Amino acid sequence: MTFALQALSVRASLSKTPVLCGVEATFGAGRWTSIVGPNGAGKSTLLKVLAGLLPFEGEVRLLDKPLGAWTAKARARSVAWLGQSGVGGSLGGSGGSGGDMADMSAYDVVMLGRLPHRAWLAAPSAADHAAVAQALHQTQAWDMRHRSLNQLSGGERQRVLLARLLAVEAAIVLMDEPLANLDPPHQADWLRLVRALTKAGKTVVSVLHEIAIALQADDMLIMASGRSIHQGLCADSQTQSTLRDVFDRRIKIHAVDGQPMVRLMP
Amino acid sequence: MMKKTSSLGLILLLLSAALLGLGTSVGSAGLGWESVSSKIVWEIRWPRSLGAWLAGALLGLSGALAQGLFRNPLADPYLLGSASGAGLAVALVLVVLGGGLGGVGAVGVGALLFSLGLTGAAFGGAVLAVLLTLLLARGAQQTMRLLLAGVIVGVVLGAVTSLLTAMHPEALLAMQSFMLGSTSFVDGAACTVMASCLAVCLLASVLLARVLDGLALGEETALSLGLPLAPLRMLLVAVLALATGAAVAQTGLIAFVGLAAPHLVRSVVRAQHAALLVLSALTGGCLLLAADVLARGLIAPQELPVGVLTAVLGGGYLLVRMFLADRASQ
Repeated sequence: MTFALQALSVRASLSKTPVLCGVEATFGAGRWTSIVGPNGAGKSTLLKVLAGLLPFEGEVRLLDKPLGAWTAKARARSVAWLGQSGVGGSLGGSGGSGGDMADMSAYDVVMLGRLPHRAWLAAPSAADHAAVAQALHQTQAWDMRHRSLNQLSGGERQRVLLARLLAVEAAIVLMDEPLANLDPPHQADWLRLVRALTKAGKTVVSVLHEIAIALQADDMLIMASGRSIHQGLCADSQTQSTLRDVFDRRIKIHAVDGQPMVRLMP
Repeated sequence: MMKKTSSLGLILLLLSAALLGLGTSVGSAGLGWESVSSKIVWEIRWPRSLGAWLAGALLGLSGALAQGLFRNPLADPYLLGSASGAGLAVALVLVVLGGGLGGVGAVGVGALLFSLGLTGAAFGGAVLAVLLTLLLARGAQQTMRLLLAGVIVGVVLGAVTSLLTAMHPEALLAMQSFMLGSTSFVDGAACTVMASCLAVCLLASVLLARVLDGLALGEETALSLGLPLAPLRMLLVAVLALATGAAVAQTGLIAFVGLAAPHLVRSVVRAQHAALLVLSALTGGCLLLAADVLARGLIAPQELPVGVLTAVLGGGYLLVRMFLADRASQ
């Protein structure tokens, strides 16, 4: 199997506190890997390291080339990253401080995803407009394109931000809790979207707390306390038993009609 | 959308021209063109009106830059300490040079040197204060650090200025006119300096506007899109310091224009940063020139300090917007 991304004994710290202490992980090209684990396991940090947003020790290989050997723009064309909404990075619920600044139209926000493809001062090309329109349609956000982000609900905003991610048309797509604020029909749409992406040969990595949905991925990376505990096929029984252990056996996994069901144990 | 943006730009340009005409025909020597000598019109009123517009444009541009850079609608051009730096430098010049020159009567060449010294010092002080802020914040990478360092520099330099003026009360009067902001000392040379600064800063900010657009989704998203944030933010801070310093040096600390201009633009159109920056500059120019005309005309032949007027008008405007926003959300 060829790997789109590889992390080899990756260590990283956030304001001098070690958050990743030697993570080993591989992400197969054209596959969907979900990253799960308890709060504070380092999942988001790992995703940022993979996207080239944080300094780290160890090695990350992107399409078999060290991450550091890529120029920022070439890397941005190959790896698209969507952060958690409401946490520092993206606009999310930043309410007061970012509120007034978020008055770009949804269309303009999605167009930002084309930045890695555009020359510094060039106006958007026809291909850019086409990519933006396609991305907005893919997340059912086309009808909101003229509205500004702060006129949208949390779920609507999340769909616009997802469209921004898709507009990059990167080979590797990293998403941090992409289902936040999405209602069940749109969660199902997201699932279909990810399947379409992998079918088109793209690599998808998603950090998920919705275990039932995470289990529908091809592979699963289980993390705890800054380490990778286990990586394997979602269908693998060892993956599922490790998953139960990492959540202190407080979840139970059943298969109903071939679909994983997760029960919480009080 | 595009159409609305360009028509707003056109309206602002026409308004600027009208205000410039009005500004050159209003003054303490009477209204109209015929009654006053062309000397007063062309050597006093014209440069003063143009200067007010230019300083306002510089402040409007810096305000939009600051708000985009810090992703905070309350950011204003003086945020990084430039106001307090300029204030301290002016106080120093007044205290050190003021005593010596005052004795001679500060006539002719002496007065010119003195005023050149004041504007030069104000500009230098503004830029040095921003450098100090950058030094304390260890660069422009961390927004919070930068804001905090700006506040610290502002408070400390302001305290030193207060100490200086307390020890030398004779500098107090001149200091006060600087603190309030005034357009009455702007001459042709000052206009040339401000116009060239405005041209350079506008060009640079339009070239860098894409960074501010990218920053709207947060620093990490901007990084993930391949934008070289560190050097570009440094450049934007430099443009901000240059624009603010040029305005402060010629007209003192004019309040609220930098804060209000981008808000006014945003309340009318929703634009990307390249357009927002240009429109904010035009709006700032109109605001300050209109305030200047009012300040000269309201209680003629007396004059109101224009800084007082902009503070009252700008504060009033923000108050109205706040109440409107409250009503809209209820």
